[in-house]
Amino acid sequence: MMKQAQLQYLLLLADNPLILGQRLGELCGHGPSLETDIALTNISLDLLGQVRNYLQYAAEIHGEGKTEDDFAFLRLEHEYRNVVLVEQPNTDFAWVIGRQFLFDAYHLPLLNQLATSKDSQISAIATKSLKEVQYHHRFSKEWIKRLGDGTEESHSRMQTAIRTLWPYTNELFTETEVERQMKELGVGANLQLIKTEFDAYVAEVLSEASLEKPADVWSKAQGKEGIHSEHLGYILSEMQYMQRTYPNMVW
Amino acid sequence: MKKEWPVWEVFIRTKSGLDHRHVGSIHAADGKMAIENARDVYTRRKEGVSIWVVPSKSIVANNPDEGGELFEPAMDKAYRHPTFYELPEELGHM
Amino acid sequence: MELVKELSENEKIFEAKIEAGQNIEPKDWMPEKYRSTHIRQISQHAHSEVVGMLPEGNWITRAPSLKRKVTLLAKVQDEGGHGLYLYSAAETLGISRDELYEQLLSGKAKYSSIFNYPAVTWADMGAVGWLVDGAAIMNQVMLTRTSYGPYARAMVRICKEESFHQRQGYEIMLTLCKGTDAQKKMAQDALNRWWWPSLMMFGPRDEESTHTEQAIKWKIKLKTNDELRQQFVDQTVPQATLLGLTIPDPNLKWNEERGHYDFGDLDWNEFWNVVAGNGPCNKERLEAKRKAHENGAWVREAALAYAEKQDQKAFRVAV
Repeated sequence: MMKQAQLQYLLLLADNPLILGQRLGELCGHGPSLETDIALTNISLDLLGQVRNYLQYAAEIHGEGKTEDDFAFLRLEHEYRNVVLVEQPNTDFAWVIGRQFLFDAYHLPLLNQLATSKDSQISAIATKSLKEVQYHHRFSKEWIKRLGDGTEESHSRMQTAIRTLWPYTNELFTETEVERQMKELGVGANLQLIKTEFDAYVAEVLSEASLEKPADVWSKAQGKEGIHSEHLGYILSEMQYMQRTYPNMVW
Repeated sequence: MKKEWPVWEVFIRTKSGLDHRHVGSIHAADGKMAIENARDVYTRRKEGVSIWVVPSKSIVANNPDEGGELFEPAMDKAYRHPTFYELPEELGHM
Repeated sequence: MELVKELSENEKIFEAKIEAGQNIEPKDWMPEKYRSTHIRQISQHAHSEVVGMLPEGNWITRAPSLKRKVTLLAKVQDEGGHGLYLYSAAETLGISRDELYEQLLSGKAKYSSIFNYPAVTWADMGAVGWLVDGAAIMNQVMLTRTSYGPYARAMVRICKEESFHQRQGYEIMLTLCKGTDAQKKMAQDALNRWWWPSLMMFGPRDEESTHTEQAIKWKIKLKTNDELRQQFVDQTVPQATLLGLTIPDPNLKWNEERGHYDFGDLDWNEFWNVVAGNGPCNKERLEAKRKAHENGAWVREAALAYAEKQDQKAFRVAV
């Protein structure tokens, strides 16, 4: 039972960077400048590296010859544990930055906590990922400011993106049963502590960027429980295509 | 006329290196972006690297041509980029 | 009566440097022809790297394993970086990045025709890395000795990173060829489609190639198109044999006398058509870059506006 909860927690940790990394991968070659293409690809690479660490550990725990790829490519929609925020599309660059900023504001405090997890492997993965995510955190913050306080057009687009993405942030701090169990064991993070940091940081940066922080609003996002937006189906169709079409082969 | 992001010259000192060496240039809108772009393009996330970025227009360079007796030696702004490159050490291994 | 042209002092110094194998640097005097040839050559190379991100980029989201996904991402990222090094080198010759993009997007500038072919299966990732990067490397090693300093230095950096690209491609092919029948078939199909376009990467036949003499003098070329093409065939055939794949050329045969492989004639009609813009993906590729550039304009403007505001803030604080 403990093993199940531990496994589910690892999938939860892996699936956010997996889906977000996938979304960033869509942008390669299509960004607003060559330099930005390289930066966003960098972030995607970092996230997917973290995914591999979590899923290799998950495969180890599960046993029965399962691999990282089995978990990445062969689950059904309702078995993915990512938040709905990271499924949001690359509508325009403001959406890309908004999504990244809100996720990084959660991701950095999350990893800071996990770095002292009682599970030594999770703590090792988190520690290793910290430097990368500190960089993402800084990158997204600077871009929020550039777009929020740039031109009228960029301000308007950035405000729209933040307003539209805002309801999805609730889910980041809605504790699931698995997260509660892991927290009590000293393995997982305390979401309330993350929320405190998140709220302060986001308010500060949005204000600096002359953006209005949207009012909190109810939302029914339940990605962590396996209830996703319509986006995930399409994301998975693309991602899983090769493994589903050519099952049981080595690549 | 649309303005483009200005050019910055990039200087890197590796962890084991003694000095900053010129490695090339990038375009960026501001200093913070310049450092980030330089890191992404020229260091691929290597640890312990020191990066300097300088707006190209701030570089002042001399005119190192031979046959200098035929020309007025001139303290001149670099045309676009400085001329005091060091050859990359990799050349020795080619 | 023949007019004997006296070389100016500048030209004498320039020619002496070229003779002595010394680098020409951005601030040196150079003939206008040298400058314009290099702007064209270097920027074409840069455009190729950047457009080259597209056929491979479109498989990132469909890579069949996490390992393949990250290595493909890293490769495409490298190509972006190479484009950047080369644009930087071209800019030292007195042209702006925006002008260079204008030339690409308007169709005025050329880029390597190979990227006008579609990458339609996963095996294409193997074929492209193996053949296209393989062909590119042959040119690139030569260029590390080219006369224009910034270009040579960019090429040294690029060559260092390039070897992983070809090895990655070949390893993808190897894995497929050691796999199931479906995978072997996929690999053979990819080779069938990419073989001839790869040979076309070396350009027209020598007799139809202009500027070769000058290119050799300025060390943009060390060997002719046909020489390089022959070298490529000779080195690639054994690699294909190792994979257990058949090169789609019924006229391919080892010639003991020459010590080289004889191979069939290229479809020069296809070659010139693709160069002229009629290839399968020419329009698509440019459209993608155009869209990215146009859609990104507001972003680039915002970054500049923000930077200016910050500068002004700092000034006010200082004052």
